[in-house]
Amino acid sequence: MVTAEAQKKVQLQEVNFYYGDFKALEDINLDIEANKVTALIGPSGCGKSTVLRLINRMHEVAGRTRVEGRVLLDSEDVYSPGMDVVGLRSRVGEIFQKPNPFPKTIYDNVAYGPRLQGRSSRDELDGIVERALRQAALWKEVQNKLKTSALELSGGQQQRLCIARTLAVEPEVILMDEPCSALDPVATQQIEDTMDSLKKDYTIIIVTHNMQQAARVSEYTGFMLIQETGEPGRLVEYGLTSKIFTMPDRKETENYITGRFG
Amino acid sequence: MRTAQKIKEVLIGKLILACGVLSIAVVVLIFVFLLRDAFSLFDSYPLIDFITGRNWYPISEPPVFGILPLVLGSLLVTAIAILLAIPLGVGTAIYIAEVAPGWLKEILKPLMEIVAAIPSVVLAFIGLTLLAPYLQGLLDLNTGLTALTGGIMLAFMALPTIVSIAEDAINAVPRSYREGSLAMGATRWQTTGRVVVPAAMSGISASVMLGIGRAIGETMVVLMVTGNAAVMPTSADSVLKPVRTLTGTIAQEMGEAVFNGPHYFALFAIGLVLFVITFAVNWIADLVLYRYREGE
Repeated sequence: MVTAEAQKKVQLQEVNFYYGDFKALEDINLDIEANKVTALIGPSGCGKSTVLRLINRMHEVAGRTRVEGRVLLDSEDVYSPGMDVVGLRSRVGEIFQKPNPFPKTIYDNVAYGPRLQGRSSRDELDGIVERALRQAALWKEVQNKLKTSALELSGGQQQRLCIARTLAVEPEVILMDEPCSALDPVATQQIEDTMDSLKKDYTIIIVTHNMQQAARVSEYTGFMLIQETGEPGRLVEYGLTSKIFTMPDRKETENYITGRFG
Repeated sequence: MRTAQKIKEVLIGKLILACGVLSIAVVVLIFVFLLRDAFSLFDSYPLIDFITGRNWYPISEPPVFGILPLVLGSLLVTAIAILLAIPLGVGTAIYIAEVAPGWLKEILKPLMEIVAAIPSVVLAFIGLTLLAPYLQGLLDLNTGLTALTGGIMLAFMALPTIVSIAEDAINAVPRSYREGSLAMGATRWQTTGRVVVPAAMSGISASVMLGIGRAIGETMVVLMVTGNAAVMPTSADSVLKPVRTLTGTIAQEMGEAVFNGPHYFALFAIGLVLFVITFAVNWIADLVLYRYREGE
């Protein structure tokens, strides 16, 4: 039992979630395996992104929200009063839908997190920046222009820079909220390759609209749905990606993945 | 009916054109007259002595028109104002944009605009009757009408401009930058200091430049609270002594200067110097602001 638990990196247990008085999620139960890619799919507005943000508590930035149930990271409750949000967010990184590098140099973007943690030695930072950029498969393209503005990079490069920025603080879990929706197919392919090489060291949870993408990159897939507008989002089915996409248990899942709605 | 409408359209077009031409023409004419009257001085009085002269004795015989003490007086008062207004103004802008809860924001922003609406003579009156005696007692001075008094009042006048524009600049920083930083494990304060303020820097600089522009051109406040002594403010304690500024000189002496006499022209020449300084400051502010809008 203990060993089985240890592989569960992130667990949501009977989670309900409210924006103000609006119930956005109901009874979410989800166990995320360590060092795997887990995809969350479902139509717009079903609460996929909200599930992500529950894990690093980024929903708290937006305003009045309420969480019921338990969200565990390595069996530790993320919402326990003793939890340090700043520490949590350096353990759980997030990649956003639209690439959001800071208006700083490429180097300073990647060094941002380490500097927050008080690391300032030039040699150490140089090493961290190079390692992170290599992991994000961006090093070759930018090694000679680390001092130029990050905003001069292409969209795909910016997104890989954001991945490098997150990797620089060595998180354990990386949340990706439709990371390729603003990118062209070539850039998307590069991000997917990067994800594949990252999963041996990191646990990745990706929200995507794109079912082919979910099928390509993930080991596990969760399908979410709202029955009607105004209803909370629910996790309809969760399991191995190969099973979800070939013989789902639920009719709704089958309808969605075969493109009958959504 | 149709022709009547056409005539109306054309007439309105012409009218608007006339309004535009008129206002531009007035500005150009002001500039031309300013130049003409200012340069009338330099027929009889060397430009170099005007700019670098250390004495301003406009009614001695012969008159001496050295504006260096006035320029330095203006710079000193403005410098004090800037030193006080930048930290206060930028700090207030950061507070309103990033820290204050919504309801307080709704109160503070209009309040700042009300401060901007206080007539400068009223502010000067407050400086004269409250601040000057207070400083005099506090620092044990001969008079409370000093460069410092003027600087404090000017800082107060520049604050609304700085706060309002800097706050806009900070608000214009995309939300995604803040989210990116917070999601990296930065605290709110680290996010503000390391991402938001640097991203808004060109707008903040522009706000400061415009605030300075306002401070340099301000007349009533400095006329009433700086003491108006046209001495070189170069000693260590000049900050705590009376000074005279360019604007104060014009306002005080125009009434007694002989029409079309050298003194009269000298005041116009001061006006030209002020114009050049203010124009330069505004121009730089525009450049900075433009670059910042381009960057978005």
